[in-house]
Amino acid sequence: MTTTALSVRDMLVVYEDFAALNRVSLDVQHQESFGIVGESGSGKSTLLRAISGLSAFQEGSLTVDSRNFNGRKRDREFYRTVQMVFQDPYGSLHPRQTVDRLLLEPLAIHGFDNVDARIARALDEVGLGSGFRFRYSHQLSGGQRQRIAIARALIVEPKILLLDEPTSALDASIQAEILNLLEQARRDRSLTFVMVSHDLGVISHMCERLAVMKSGEIVEILPADALEKRQFSADYTRQLLVASEGFRRD
Amino acid sequence: MTPLLTVDDLRVSFPTRTGKVEAVRGVSFTLGRERLAIVGESGSGKSQTGRAIMGLTSPSAEIRAKKLAFGETDLLTMSARQRRDLRGKRLAMILQDPKYSLNPVMTIGRQIIETLKTHESVGRSEARARVLSMLEAVQIRDPERVFDLYPHEVSGGMGQRAMIAMMLICGPELLIADEPTSALDVTVQLEVLSILDKLVADRGMGLIFISHDLRLVSTFCDRVLVMYAGRVVEELSSANLHEAQHPYTQGLLNCLPQIGADRHPLPVLERKPEWAL
Amino acid sequence: MSVVEQHLKPYSREWLLSDRPTSRKQARIGRAYVIWQRFAENRLALFGLMIIIGLLFVAAFADVLAPHNPLQGDLRYARLLPPGSDGYLLGTDDQGRDILSRLIHGSRLTLLVVVLVAVIAAPVGLIVGTVSGYAGGWVDAVLMRITDIFLAFPKLVLALALVAALGPGIENAILAIAITSWPPYARIARAETMTFRNSEFISAVQLMGASPFRIVLRHVMPLCLSSLIVRVTLDMAGIILTAAGLGFLGLGAQPPLPEWGAMIASGRRFILDQWWVAAMPGAAILIVSLGFNLLGDGLRDALDPKEAGQ
Repeated sequence: MTTTALSVRDMLVVYEDFAALNRVSLDVQHQESFGIVGESGSGKSTLLRAISGLSAFQEGSLTVDSRNFNGRKRDREFYRTVQMVFQDPYGSLHPRQTVDRLLLEPLAIHGFDNVDARIARALDEVGLGSGFRFRYSHQLSGGQRQRIAIARALIVEPKILLLDEPTSALDASIQAEILNLLEQARRDRSLTFVMVSHDLGVISHMCERLAVMKSGEIVEILPADALEKRQFSADYTRQLLVASEGFRRD
Repeated sequence: MTPLLTVDDLRVSFPTRTGKVEAVRGVSFTLGRERLAIVGESGSGKSQTGRAIMGLTSPSAEIRAKKLAFGETDLLTMSARQRRDLRGKRLAMILQDPKYSLNPVMTIGRQIIETLKTHESVGRSEARARVLSMLEAVQIRDPERVFDLYPHEVSGGMGQRAMIAMMLICGPELLIADEPTSALDVTVQLEVLSILDKLVADRGMGLIFISHDLRLVSTFCDRVLVMYAGRVVEELSSANLHEAQHPYTQGLLNCLPQIGADRHPLPVLERKPEWAL
Repeated sequence: MSVVEQHLKPYSREWLLSDRPTSRKQARIGRAYVIWQRFAENRLALFGLMIIIGLLFVAAFADVLAPHNPLQGDLRYARLLPPGSDGYLLGTDDQGRDILSRLIHGSRLTLLVVVLVAVIAAPVGLIVGTVSGYAGGWVDAVLMRITDIFLAFPKLVLALALVAALGPGIENAILAIAITSWPPYARIARAETMTFRNSEFISAVQLMGASPFRIVLRHVMPLCLSSLIVRVTLDMAGIILTAAGLGFLGLGAQPPLPEWGAMIASGRRFILDQWWVAAMPGAAILIVSLGFNLLGDGLRDALDPKEAGQ
């Protein structure tokens, strides 16, 4: 059964007189992993922020789990369904809270019971174990912080995970661990991913379909294996692909 | 012939609340007029190695080495003043983000002129002409216009080109580039790299390219030093990268996701404590 | 990242400094210990802390410590005795009262002023600042213009006007000082809140569905608290001086209460011949103010958020 988990129609986000997102439309199926790739200023992060309600969109529509949302108003039920992982593992954890407090907060907000067991399970799931439960974020490495951020997002048992460059601030070897962890979580929990990155390699590894964005617009949407087979139409996609292959001396 | 740079058993340590931390623990290499890459993850000591050569290590740190020489000159016994004279004139460094390394209240042209005048006595019109030709050399299309712009008025790629122009204006013999393109978009990265590549080749400079991206540097440099926990664990020529012996180097090469390679899960680097010994 | 099971003796140095605490309590105490360590490195701050502890001690045991009645003097035999006189260590005032005893009892008033002002002004400032900083928009505009109105008046002049309107007395003086001292706290809290407002960890809490009220209370306020504590401590000296100033002008504590400022005011008449009557309470104010300042400096170094990450 493939139904639409998340649907964006003609979404418009305007900052002053500049359109950060210019009538973007896309559909993400249930349990699909959808990638968005683009350079800085392409609007890829703006799109995620507009979906999550962190910033408002002026026109267009957003449908999540057959419910419609507008502007930047989202109800609590929305956040049970959709969660997000941010780019900077140093900025996304509260500097004065222990891991325990960080994970307790979403449970308290949504009125979960059995919190101790849930926190312990969440830590296990991201491969950290109970030894990390009472540490402060400054006692953790970048990769460990990102694991905590993932645990925090997963603890409310969402169906859709928005990933905003979740590994671009990490070392390559740590990136591999986090990507594996995300894939594992997606399999175990039948999650839907919407993943934003500037790295074509990461997106093609993680996603089944991807959208290439440039200056607030979607250039094209294509299946991930089309990259390898070079079945794309837009010149910009080719530029990104060439750039991702590294430097070449002519 | 003496090499351009000789580093023998370089050690950099920082005092902290809990005792001394050694960021660089016995790094040795020599550099001719070639492109050398230093690769490692964060905390491997790669940047501290570069900073120690430049003389930009924070004053609280302790630097020791059997030998640290730039050509015939011994860098260890030099006074701060002599080091300053050397920096910019014969040794230059490009940092990661041009936003932080350019002075925000001075136009780009004036900053480059300042650098030039610190090291050479040149007349006003000659200085301007040289800066403009330098800006042209880093492929800035409209140098006259960019000359009078402030750093915040240009894009990241343009800023980094201006930075390169500023660093190369005095014709240094050795350039240290610390992640010069990591803050830039992928498509811009390649442009900046090819500019850098051309200038280094044309002017016969030595280059130390510090990066976390093994794949990128292997296409750009002649030789690669792989650092882990303050030490060089492997030295390779770029052409033979696939023959890497050390498991850490192999791990770094393998853990990157690639287009078309269906590897789920990605191979993960198993860090062994003995690597750090 | 193998977690070595460590069984450390509770409250040992290693237990406190462990970077893998095993309970909520250990994490909290460990953090407090690190702050204390940083604080204790600063000798002057420790000296300041000692002064404040001394003040608390004196105030608590004033009845036991004071050798004489602070309010009733010996008018016939003990008027204006110099320091070191028999039984009157710091001398006596024009009413024949022992200055030492008056200073000891006066410490209670000083402490009362300081504590009440801190209890009233700091939370008001914190709430106004964080709400205004987090909400932004018209809420921010309204709250900040009100703050600006209070800030526009010199502190002492505004306090004077308020006391003149409310009537002299120590309670009204405290109220007046509290009303005039919250605006700077609101400014600080707002400025700090603005730096956090768009950070990802606040976004993350928003994405959990937390209400703005909860975010301000549980996530923003704790972050503003340390700089506020530092600022309040540093302001304590100023508060004591303002209270003394009001007392000096006869608008604060009323005679015969042994308030230090009022004591200086009454000693002013004999300043040339019997200098100690005014100088002793002056010295007391100086020492306590110094204590609070040193303490505040030490707290700033210990609680500095920029160093907390190290």
